[in-house]
Amino acid sequence: MIGWIRYLGRSGLHFFERLGRGSIFFFNVLMGLPFLFFRFRLVIQQLYVVGVLSLLIIIVSGLFVGMVLGLQGYNTLVDFGAEESLGVMVALSLVRELGPVVSALLFAGRAGSALTAEIGLMKATEQLSGMEMMAVDPMSRVVAPRFLAGVISMPLLAAIFSAIGVMGGYFVGVGLLGVDTGAFWSQMQAKISWSDDILNGVIKSVVFGVVATWIAVFEGYDAIPTSEGVSRATTRTVVHTSLAILGVDFVLTALMFE
Amino acid sequence: MIQTRIVEIWVGLFIAGGIAALFVLAMKVSNISTFSKVEGYELTARFENVGGLKKTAPVTMAGVRIGRVGDITFDSTTYEAIVHLNIEKQYDKLPTDTTAGIFTAGLLGEQYVSLEAGGEEKYLANQDEIKITQSALVLEQVIGQFLFSKASEGGSSNGN
Repeated sequence: MIGWIRYLGRSGLHFFERLGRGSIFFFNVLMGLPFLFFRFRLVIQQLYVVGVLSLLIIIVSGLFVGMVLGLQGYNTLVDFGAEESLGVMVALSLVRELGPVVSALLFAGRAGSALTAEIGLMKATEQLSGMEMMAVDPMSRVVAPRFLAGVISMPLLAAIFSAIGVMGGYFVGVGLLGVDTGAFWSQMQAKISWSDDILNGVIKSVVFGVVATWIAVFEGYDAIPTSEGVSRATTRTVVHTSLAILGVDFVLTALMFE
Repeated sequence: MIQTRIVEIWVGLFIAGGIAALFVLAMKVSNISTFSKVEGYELTARFENVGGLKKTAPVTMAGVRIGRVGDITFDSTTYEAIVHLNIEKQYDKLPTDTTAGIFTAGLLGEQYVSLEAGGEEKYLANQDEIKITQSALVLEQVIGQFLFSKASEGGSSNGN
């Protein structure tokens, strides 16, 4: 019994310790951001690694998610004779939920794990300590550009995901299943509002970008500097980011769409 | 050096693509293009019952959208709803005896305001009121009336 309570206490302490270290780390990263005004090239380099290299998987998944939504939505809506609403259904689900959430999950798998592994290995091979020895702050030189690149990439990737998904839904709905083109677009435009749906989706993806990149760079920076430690940190990044995104998404949805 | 150039070009394309996607979502998917504040004038109409009419619902004439519903307010002295209609500028030749009705698009669709032109030679101007209106059809009331008339019909035939 005592052992069980002790275990609970230890994991609680461990959790809060990590949370505290993570918050201090987050604060330090924010402090490192002004440095990037003078070295924006570093951010561009990371935008390429984090954003451009994630494009392919985002585009392909967006296209297929949109096409599947078109197919499934059509099969349901046609029973009610409401297949003209297909456009609304596809676009609303993409813009509000699937675009930000699925692209954030893919981002965690594609870019977040790479960030953790990279920073973790830098730590394991003592590159970070080497930088400190040369009076270069690894926080602003290594971590901050990656963080900023992730936060910038996420909303752009989510927007691309949603736009491509709508095109996929259009392709299946109008091209293959014969929904009327005019009704598809006009119903969509009538029902979807710029400020309520699309801007809220963008806000969501910015928040996801902060959460996902924060977890990724923190796990890398906090990893035990062995090959096993780095591999564990990479796994933790993907699992924790996915859980955090789903949880944050629920809270944001509850706040935004009453 | 060539390496950095390619990286920069790709990043430029990525950012441009992301912004273009957002632009597509704004213009093609959302209502921002139709919702932008159009130049026009405002008319008011009083209804006994607006049913499920909402802000930004279309105002049509002969089935063509000529404006949108602005505010819907309640007049506490006459217990009527006041609907403000924003009509686009180019449709400025509505006769003063135009009538307004609230209809439903399809059986379960959205409600909209339909205007029907009268024969007067004077035209409605900004802030004028449409005098003749027809309230929204509330489905429950119609069904209730129908059942009531059926019942009374059945009762009279039994009596004979």
